[in-house]
This record gives sequence, structure tokens and C-alpha cells, in this order.
Amino acid sequence: MMNISLRSMRVWQRNFDVYLVTWKVNFIPPLLEPLLYLFAFGIGLGQLVKDVPYEGAQVSYLRFIAPGLIATAVMNHGFFETTYSSFVRMYYQKTFDAMLSTPLTIEDVVMAEMIWGATKALFAGSIMFVVTLLFGLLSMPMALWIIPVAFLSGLTFSAMGMCFTAYVKNIEMFNFPVFLFITPMFLFSGVFFPLSSLPAWAQAVAWCLPLTFLVSSLRSIALGSFGMAVIWQILVLAALGFACVLISLSAMKKRLLK
Amino acid sequence: MDIIRATDLVKTFRHAAAVDHISLRVSRQECFGILGPNGAGKTTTVKMIYCFFEPTSGKLEVLGEDARKNIRRVKEGIGVCPQENNLDPDLTVIENLRVFARYFDIVGARALSRCEELLRFVGLYGKRHSVIDELSGGMKRRLIIARSLVNSPRLLILDEPTTGLDPQARHQIWESIISLKKSGTTVLLTTHYMDEATHLCDRLVIMDKGKIVVEGSPKELIRQYAGSHVIEISPAGEAAGNYLKQKGLTFEKTPTHFFVYAQKGPEVFSDITLKFGESGCALRMANLEDVFLKLTGRELRE
Ligand SMILES: Nc1ncnc2c1ncn2[C@@H]1O[C@H](COP(=O)(O)OP(=O)(O)OP(=O)(O)O)[C@@H](O)[C@H]1O
Ligand SMILES: [Mg+2]
Repeated sequence: MMNISLRSMRVWQRNFDVYLVTWKVNFIPPLLEPLLYLFAFGIGLGQLVKDVPYEGAQVSYLRFIAPGLIATAVMNHGFFETTYSSFVRMYYQKTFDAMLSTPLTIEDVVMAEMIWGATKALFAGSIMFVVTLLFGLLSMPMALWIIPVAFLSGLTFSAMGMCFTAYVKNIEMFNFPVFLFITPMFLFSGVFFPLSSLPAWAQAVAWCLPLTFLVSSLRSIALGSFGMAVIWQILVLAALGFACVLISLSAMKKRLLK
Repeated sequence: MDIIRATDLVKTFRHAAAVDHISLRVSRQECFGILGPNGAGKTTTVKMIYCFFEPTSGKLEVLGEDARKNIRRVKEGIGVCPQENNLDPDLTVIENLRVFARYFDIVGARALSRCEELLRFVGLYGKRHSVIDELSGGMKRRLIIARSLVNSPRLLILDEPTTGLDPQARHQIWESIISLKKSGTTVLLTTHYMDEATHLCDRLVIMDKGKIVVEGSPKELIRQYAGSHVIEISPAGEAAGNYLKQKGLTFEKTPTHFFVYAQKGPEVFSDITLKFGESGCALRMANLEDVFLKLTGRELRE
């Protein structure tokens, strides 16, 4: 395809090396985050909300939101890596410029950044996975499928982030996609309540949000009700990710090389 | 073999041509200079040669490859010291080199020994575990030069390599460039220091407003455009001006000085000092700066 080679893994390695240097710092927030959520929602809100209807059965509120929290971690870490972090590397540190004077192509660099974003999403999703597993909120072994899905959808959200990075003029402008896109998804993609409790029109809107697909598929996997719907939801995420990868590669090429 | 062969190269940014139909050839083991005022198009030219910008039009061959098509192969053989520092602030000094070498697929013990060798070469071995922010400007520059050598390039591109360096470091880098050249490396150099260009370049071009104004060896250019000597007269009074005109001498006038370009410098100098006195008159050898200012004018560039 577009001038991508295995050499692009060198860029991924660079990011991984930097990550390892400060791994303790990098590790703590994603580890504390799920604990905070589980504490607030499980112990706080869980007192008020008992069981939630899911596919004709009743599940505990913590079991209901656990996959949603994994999905949120994947989205946040994937999206934030290729927006704020990639922008700093590209714009302030000129790291991309330096890489481009080596046999790396712009496509190598951008693709590697997105795969790195997916990797960070995978790390965050996995930590959330382990914590929720220890709380007994996931049904094994089916729930193991969450791991590959976290990587794939991590790539989707990273690629979306990179599309914004290709167009923003300055780093403050990322507030727009965060406010108009990430926050609404966090609130209205069915992380905290079943979409069926919304009016029909709002449900239709929710099914336009990528996070809805991820929450729904992870919830089916986590609660052991794997079906065709899950496959379709994952395929939608994959198709969206693929489109965003193509857009961001060509938009970043335009941005950097004019 | 020509290392660089550019024909009718053009680079346009939003309708304005930064590089406007230039052609140049650089052969192996040559040190080729590009001089020119700010905004002349030096960096843009160099960036096309190391395949950062794709030329808007024209033909460009570097290291025998088409620079539009075989980008990776071209870049494999090039070392670049960019005008703007772009060291990786997230990595230490030696990690900067090691990670950069890895972009060229140079890894393991070979990479480490190469990086250490280069740090010794630029005198930064003692700083190898420092973070980039702790280096002085000159040290950063030296590290970038070391970085440009990790892949043992056949073509070394240096965009203002010595800007901001102390005289010691500058001379040390000059010596390095000369020794690299002896070992077969071709060097493409841009600089604002005329002494540097005179000292290092076998041939050079002076660019202005995206075009090549003149091409030649420093000696040739000086002889052709500035003669052998320059006499500086200050203040630039009317009497002296009339005298110079009357004698048919080539000269330039600035608010404070006359610059007289003369083939027979000493004779003209003694004539002038006889008439106007020694004070305020100076005779010196013509240099590249005279050529540069004569051809590109004395006005500041916007
Ligand atoms: N990325 C860019 N986008 C738009 N215009 C540019 C870009 N890079 C350079 N230019 C313009 O192209 C012209 C040539 O710039 P260039 O950087 O090549 O000059 P230069 O000779 O290297 O100058 P200096 O001595 O200041 O480094 C300038 O007018 C500059 O404004
Ligand atoms: Mg420049």
C-alpha cells in the first residue's frame, strides 16, 4: 500500500523505550483509574442501583459497567496518545522531522504512532481487565477476547485522534474534539445505563457513536453472551478504523510535507 | 559519478517559488557550498535533496537514484544536520544516537560502539548520560553532527552546522569535515560564514530569491567579482567619491564607507593615501564576503 514498511516498528520502539524510562509513572494512573471508578460506582452508586436488566436477565450494576469502563479506558488512552502526545512530538519536539531524514517515510512514522496509540490503549484496557477480573466481574474464558478487541478498537480511536492531529493549528484546539466527541461518548454510549432506557431517537443517535459499538461488544463478551451482533459491531469498528488510518496518513503527509 | 544532479528544480509554497529553476551537479568527494541571504531558498533546496520535500517540478537524482521514487534508498546513504535542532528531548545523549541508528536498522553491539566512537569524535563522551536540555547550544549542535554520521553516509548534508558554535568547536568541525571528505564523503554545506565557505568548499553557488546567482570555486569567484584587493575608505566623503569616479575605479558606497575593488590594490592604495592620508584607509585582500555583498546587495531581506 502507501509506502509503509516494517521499519516503522523502529518508531514504535522509540516510543516504547521512552515509556519504559518512566514506566512507574506511566503505570500508576491506568492502575488507579479503574479502582477509583469501581469505588465510586460500585460502592457509591451501586448502593442505589441494584440490578440492571440485560438481555432478559438481571446483572449486578458493577458487572454491567465493568466492560464499559474497559471500553472507556481504551478510547481515552488511544485517543489522547495520538492527539496531545503525538502533537507534542510532531510540533514542539520536531521528532518527526528528525525521523524523516532517515529511511523512514512519513507513512511509517504516522502508522507507527497510531499503532503505539493502540498499544497504550491495550495496556490501559488490560490493566482495567485485570482489576475487573480480580473483582470477579468478567466471565472467563470468553472474556479473554476483550484483549484483542481492545487493541483493534484502540487502533480505531488512535486513528481518529490522528485525523484531528493532522488538522489542528495548535494544541488548545484539541479541546473541541474532546468536548464535542469524547465526553459525549463517555456519557451516552451506554457505559453507565442500558441504551434501552433512552427514547428511540436518542438510541439512534447513540448508535452513531463508535464507543457504543465497543461498549456493546465488550459487554456481550464479558457477560458471556457472544453472538453475531458482536462480530458485526467489531467489524464496524474495524472498518471505521481502516478509514481513519487512510485519512490520517494522507492528511498528515499533506500537513508535514506540503 | 555525480552524487547530486538537479535540473530545473522548483519548489513552490502556495504560489510563491522558494526555489526557482535551479540546476546543480555535485561530484563525489566534493565539498559543495550553498550561500545566500536569509530566505534565499538554501534550506528548501537541501530539504528536496534529502527527500523531505518533493520538488514541485524538475529532475533530481541523488546518489544515482531518482529522489522522487527511491526515497528510502536515497535516505539510507545520506546524513543530515538540519538547520533547526531536532534532538529527541525524551532521550539521553547516547540514547539519541542509539535510537537514531536504529532507524537505519543499525542495532546491537555495532550500534553501541559506533555511537560511543561518535561521541568521542565530537567530545561529548563525558556527557553521554545527560539529558538534552542540560546541553549548551553548541553541544547540541555537535551532537546533531554526530547523529548525522551514525549511518556512515556517502553524502553529508550540513545546513548551517556551525551556527552558534565557539571558535574551537568551529575549527574542530572544519577539521572533521575535511577528514570525512578525504575518506570519500561528499559534503553539501550551507553557511552564512564566508570564511567557512572559503576554507571548506571546492565549489559553491550563491543563491538569492530562489535562483542561483553565480557558481564557481571561492578563488575564481573572488578574482572575478572582487579582484585581488579591497580598499576601505571611511568616512565616505564627497571628495573621495569624486576622486574614485574620476579614476574610473570600481567601488561601492555605503553610508559610512567606500569599498574600492582593485586588481592592483597596493598601487591604488598608495595613490589614495597620498591624496587623502593614511587614516581611515585600509587595504586588505578581497574575500568571499565582498563577492556575496556585491552580488546580493546590502539590503536586509524581508
Ligand atoms: N514550510 C514552508 N512553508 C511555506 N513557506 C516556506 C516553508 N519553508 C520555507 N518557506 C519560504 O521559502 C523561502 C525560502 O526559505 P528557506 O528556508 O529555504 O531559506 P534559507 O535560504 O534556508 O534561509 P535562512 O538563511 O534564513 O535559513 C522563504 O521565503 C520562506 O518563507
Ligand atoms: Mg535555512
